Amino acid sequence: METEVVNTNFKSEEYFINMGPQHPATHGVLRLLLTIDGEIIKKVEPDLGYIHRSIEKMCERDSYQQIVHLTDRMDYLSANINNEAVCLAVENALQLEIPERVKVIRTIIGELTRISSHCLWWGVMGMDVGALTTYFYGFRDREMINDIMEETCGARLTMNYNVPGGLMLDIHPNFVKRVKDFITHFKTKLPEYDRLLTGNIIFQKRTIGVGILSKEDAISFGASGPVGRASGYSCDVRKHHPYSAIDKVTFNEVLKTEGDTYARYLVRIQEMWESLSIIEQLIDNIPEGEHRVTTNAVIKLPKGEFYQKVETARGELGVYIISTGTKNPYRLKFRSPGFSNLSLLNHIAVGGKIGDLVATMATLDLVIPDIDR
Amino acid sequence: MTNEALQELVGNWLPELEFTEEESQFLNIHVSPQNLHTLMSQLKSNPETQFDYLFCLSGVDWGEKLGIVYHLESTSKRHIVVVKVTTEDRENPVLDTVYDIWATAEFHEREVFDFFGIRFNNHPNLKRLFLTEDWVGYPLRKDYEDDINMILH
Amino acid sequence: MGIDTPNKIPDDFPGKVIPAGNGANVVVTNLDKIINWGRSNSLWSLYFGTSCCAIEMMQTGASRHDYSRFGFEVARPSPRQADLIIIAGTIVNKMAPVLRRLYEQMAEPRYVIAMGACAISGGPFFYNTYSVVKGADHVIPVDVYVPGCPPRPEALLEGMLMLQDKIRTESKKNKINPLEGFDEGL
Repeated sequence: METEVVNTNFKSEEYFINMGPQHPATHGVLRLLLTIDGEIIKKVEPDLGYIHRSIEKMCERDSYQQIVHLTDRMDYLSANINNEAVCLAVENALQLEIPERVKVIRTIIGELTRISSHCLWWGVMGMDVGALTTYFYGFRDREMINDIMEETCGARLTMNYNVPGGLMLDIHPNFVKRVKDFITHFKTKLPEYDRLLTGNIIFQKRTIGVGILSKEDAISFGASGPVGRASGYSCDVRKHHPYSAIDKVTFNEVLKTEGDTYARYLVRIQEMWESLSIIEQLIDNIPEGEHRVTTNAVIKLPKGEFYQKVETARGELGVYIISTGTKNPYRLKFRSPGFSNLSLLNHIAVGGKIGDLVATMATLDLVIPDIDR
Repeated sequence: MTNEALQELVGNWLPELEFTEEESQFLNIHVSPQNLHTLMSQLKSNPETQFDYLFCLSGVDWGEKLGIVYHLESTSKRHIVVVKVTTEDRENPVLDTVYDIWATAEFHEREVFDFFGIRFNNHPNLKRLFLTEDWVGYPLRKDYEDDINMILH
Repeated sequence: MGIDTPNKIPDDFPGKVIPAGNGANVVVTNLDKIINWGRSNSLWSLYFGTSCCAIEMMQTGASRHDYSRFGFEVARPSPRQADLIIIAGTIVNKMAPVLRRLYEQMAEPRYVIAMGACAISGGPFFYNTYSVVKGADHVIPVDVYVPGCPPRPEALLEGMLMLQDKIRTESKKNKINPLEGFDEGL
């Protein structure tokens, strides 16, 4: 029979602690105000704005090609997919006919970006939980993708390869060979990741049963991406509102039902396998054609409102443009995935310990400039 | 459901709703501030529409009026509708919150308050989100001026 | 790089030189050089990355371009244990007092590298914004500027080595506190 231990020696009061903007585990400049009772958390309140660079106000005075440059810096780990979102919104508004070659290459580069983002996430997740080895393994594989990007797109992190109308340059002749080499190499590394972390008993004890999110809460809080899919909510934009060449490939949407930290971890690992299979289906059959459709030097969208959704590595990114016919948008709003994912932190972290909060935040995979814009 | 069927169904619930489809990809519903909360809760709870996913809440400064645009989607039926509400009062704009219908509105409405100054009734925690507490003014309004920081191009 | 043994001794040399038997000159009491050698070869940096440049800084610390072979062994989370802040990312009005407080919490000698275009002068966020501080040197004094958006890891390594060179030329007699007179005028 379990008896409850009553603490009569001292009263526990709620204690207020600041997990400040400069902290190794918050993945950026996020300030969390924690109200704790011993080690148990009673309330978490995020304080944002430490990297708010007023991108939406800047966009009201920029041309559309300049806006594409700014989207790289918002969620810098899936920079290509952010560029693709604005380019698709502008192209759909102008009703341009995009060549097949452009669509296939955009999809391949988008999936490579997704793998690169998940590699970094895996490395940093291990580091947060205490296993520093994973940091070096994750970054080593990410360097191979950076080399491919550098040869074709010109830069390692802020690529700007997509422009309204197509791609800035055609792909390098070595592109296909290097991507195939990378796929062969990476298929031997993913089981190594599993051996290091997934089956590790310490890791499992820290993550199973922690930070549980139910399906109704996921829909109500607007969670998207792997966070929503680990709770059984089917929210993949590539399945429901397909774009570019996604409707030509077959892939599975990875769903799990438990909704805890371990489920979110497994969803992302499985997504890396799915991305590899998408690239394999497309890499041998890149159609010939133009790499760019000419547009005017000054792009003016017709009067109206346009919305475009894409699936980044974090979830669903939305671009909402209100245009009055001039060369700058009247209002441009980015619906960022991290913003909605952060709002459920108070709901799932209450009642756990501070160590559980760190593990939960690692699987929510927040990039703070994406939230603060 | 198609746009025409949606228009017919929703038009029967409340008077004074305006429907447009031009200049937009989806069906737009304009509603007055008094009927906002009833329309939203019916859009969610009605079994034929079931809009349970609010995926974008944006504030807009239309020149003379301030307004909010809601993008709603249904996870079971996969249709999308856009709801717009505007208010003419620029000194002290007040609207109803939809936090009790969709929990994601809490942070989005704080952001709208931060940038446009629109207050919400019954919001649990309405204070500034991105800017510091002592910031004066609402930056994303069209008449915001700041000569020191903003170097215009 | 490293301690060089001069063949010719200048006239204002602040130390005693004892000629060794095999013809070379051995420096005995030059305290500055030994202190500077120790300081420059073991600079530990603080975890401070606000936006995209932080990823390139993390990439510099990973295994391909490794900064710990130059002495920057670990990155410390607490400013009281660090010698160097690498400002990687944009500084915003809300973050500027935090950065100043972190700098003041560090113990002397402390150094600052401004990495990336945003930390040098506001970068791509110079026009039309109301909340970006146009350059981190409006907040704290900076020693080395590394341009790029984001700079390659090799560029950041060159900036770090340049800082090491700068430290080797310091001396105890001409020590200046970089914060003196900083707030009044620049």
